[in-house]
Amino acid sequence: MKLYEFEAKKIFTEYSIPIPTGSVYEQYNADRGRHLTNKPVVLKSQVLTGGRGKAGGIKPAFTEEEVRNGFKQLLSLRIKGLQARQILIEEQLDIKREIYLGYSILRSKAKIVFMISGEGGMDIEELARTRPEAIIKLSIDILDGFNKNHVESLIGKLGFDEKTTLEIADIARALYRIFTEYECDVAEINPLVITGDGKLIAADARISIYDEAVHKHPEYQKEEDTYTPLETRARKINLGYVELDGDIGVTGNGAGLNMATLDIITYFGGKPANFLEVSGRTYHKAKEAIEIILANPNVKIIFGNFFGCISRCDVIAKGLAEAIKSGILNVPLVIAMRGTGSVEGLETLKNAGVKELYEDDIDAGKRVVEILKTL
Amino acid sequence: MSILINKTTKVLVSGMTGKEGTFHSRKMLDMGTNIVCGVTPGKGGITHLGKPVYNSVKEALAEHQIDACGIFVPSKFTLPAANEAVDGGINIIIAITEGISPHDSLKFISNAKKHNVMLIGPNTPGILTPEESKIGVLATEYVKKGNIGVISRSGTLTVEICYCLVKEGLGQSTIVGLGGDPVVGTTFKDIYMLFEKDEKTDGVIIVGEIGGTMEEELADYIANSQNKIPTVAFIAGQNAPPGKRMGHAGAIIEGGMGSADSKIKALTKAGVSIADVPWETGILMKDLLK
Repeated sequence: MKLYEFEAKKIFTEYSIPIPTGSVYEQYNADRGRHLTNKPVVLKSQVLTGGRGKAGGIKPAFTEEEVRNGFKQLLSLRIKGLQARQILIEEQLDIKREIYLGYSILRSKAKIVFMISGEGGMDIEELARTRPEAIIKLSIDILDGFNKNHVESLIGKLGFDEKTTLEIADIARALYRIFTEYECDVAEINPLVITGDGKLIAADARISIYDEAVHKHPEYQKEEDTYTPLETRARKINLGYVELDGDIGVTGNGAGLNMATLDIITYFGGKPANFLEVSGRTYHKAKEAIEIILANPNVKIIFGNFFGCISRCDVIAKGLAEAIKSGILNVPLVIAMRGTGSVEGLETLKNAGVKELYEDDIDAGKRVVEILKTL
Repeated sequence: MSILINKTTKVLVSGMTGKEGTFHSRKMLDMGTNIVCGVTPGKGGITHLGKPVYNSVKEALAEHQIDACGIFVPSKFTLPAANEAVDGGINIIIAITEGISPHDSLKFISNAKKHNVMLIGPNTPGILTPEESKIGVLATEYVKKGNIGVISRSGTLTVEICYCLVKEGLGQSTIVGLGGDPVVGTTFKDIYMLFEKDEKTDGVIIVGEIGGTMEEELADYIANSQNKIPTVAFIAGQNAPPGKRMGHAGAIIEGGMGSADSKIKALTKAGVSIADVPWETGILMKDLLK
C-alpha cells in the first residue's frame, strides 16, 4: 500500500523528521494561513507514482495568480495515467544541497538495506543504473537493528561536518523506526534538503507499507488508484487480476501456472488480455472470473488452463458450467484440464456444451491461437 | 537418495489440529511421511490423526527426536511458531503459511540463520521426496521417483513441471518449493548446492519467476561451479508488465529489477538450458542426459 506524500509526511512529523510547512487541498483556496498566504510556494500533485517532477506535477508559484492557475493545471494533469485529487502546497525551500536517504528490503539476503547518496533529488532507480557507486549501501539484520555508529561512519564518507552528520543520522534512525514499525517495503526521503541556513528538511516523502501489514494501519487503507477499474473490481472479490493489452482472456489456478499460461500464449504467437488466478480460497469463483475477463471489451477468446491439486478441477468446472448456463459467455472457450478431479471436470464441461476440451496446455494453447485467427 | 527429507525423517507438524494442518497432515501420512507428533498451543495431551499433540515444541522435544518441522499455523502466529522451532533446535523448518508480513519473515529467517537452521518458505508448497516423505501441500499423484532435482518458487506450476518430466520418463529425487514471497529463507543457490552433492541427482530443473534476483545469483554460482550438473530453467512471467504483482507477493518487476529477461540472460550465460514453455523442461533435460 503506497502512501501519498502528505500521508507520509504526517508520519514523518510524528517521528520528528522536519518537513516543509504545508497543507493539502482539494480545492483552490486563497486563504492558506500565515505561512502560505502571499508567500512563494510549491504546488505538488498527490499521485502514487514516481517521475512526478519530470511529468510536470510540481510547480513553483510566486504570485497568487500562479497558485490559482497552477492548482487548476495540476488537477487536470495526468501523470502515468493517474489524476491527482489533492494538491499539497508547501513553502519554497532555500536549497543548498540535496541528499537521498532510504530503506528497502534486500530480498535475496533477507535483510534491510539502508541507502544514502550525496546526489539527492534524482530518480534513484536511474542513479542506481547509471552510477551505482553514487549510492552507499549498508545491509541491516532486523534482529540487530539500527546501529548508529555504522550509519554515522557511512554518512561521514559524504564529507559533511560533524553536526550535520549527527543530524542526518538522527533522521536516518527515525526513518528506520518508521520502516520497521509500519512494516514497509520502501521508506525514503528524496531529497533531504540542506537549506542555506543549514537546516535539514525532508522535501519529499515516500512510504509504502506491505499489503500483509496494512490492516494494522487502517487509517492508510484505501483503494489504490494505480489499479484499473477492472482490477479494482476483481480485488473486491479477492481475485488476483492484472489487465494486459492483448485479446486472449486467461484464467487458471495458481499464480505460477497463470504466468506460464501467458508465456504459452505468446509462444504460439498470441497476446494475452489478462492474468487471472483462481486458487486457494477463490477456486470456486470460476463464474466471477469469467465475468471479469469478459468485462474487458478486447477479449475475443478465453483460455482456461487448470492443473487440479488442492484446487480441484471438478469444482472449477462446476463454476465454469454455471457461467455458461447463465448465458454470459459470448466468446469461444478453450479449456485444458489435468490433475485432481480433471476427468469429472472435463465431463461436466462437455455436458455444458464446451467443445474445445484438452488435457494438456500444449494442445489447448495451440488451438486457442488457431481459433483466434478464424474469428 | 534424496536431499533434506526421506522416509526416516521424523516430522513435527506445527498447527496440526487446525483445518489446513489436519487436511495436509492426513495427506502427508497417506504417502508415508513419518509424522511423530503435532503441536498446537492449548491442545496438548490429545491424540490427533493417531499422533500425540503437545502445547509447545519444547514439550514435544522432551518426548521425541525431531528432524524437521512443517508450519501450518495462521499467518499472525507464524513468527512465534517458527522461532519456537528454531530455538528448540530443529534443523529443517518448512513454513507453509501464506500472507505473512515480510517483516515477520525477516525476523524468523534471521533467527534461523543465526542458528544455522535451514528455513524454507514462507508461502511455500513445501518439499517432497517421491515415495518417501513430504512436508507441505505438493500433490503426490503426479510425481515419480527418479534422478531429477526440482527447485521452484511456485506451487501448482511445480506439479505441472513434474507432470511434464514424468511424460518424458523423468522422475524426481526431491522437489523443493522455495516460496512465492518477496522474502524467503532459502534460495535457489542453497538448494542447488545440495543437489550438486547428491549422488542420485543427475540433473536439476529450476522453476523461477519474475521478481527479486535469486535466479541471477544462482547463475553467478553455476558459472563458477566446479561440479556442474545438467540444468534446465523455466522462468514464468516472460510477458508480465513491470510494477504489477502477478499473484505471488514476490512476483513483481520493480525498481528496474526482477524481469524474466534479466534472469534468462544470466542463466543462459552460465550455461543453463532455457525452456520457453513448461513442457520443454523435460524435453531439454532428456537431451542433456543423453
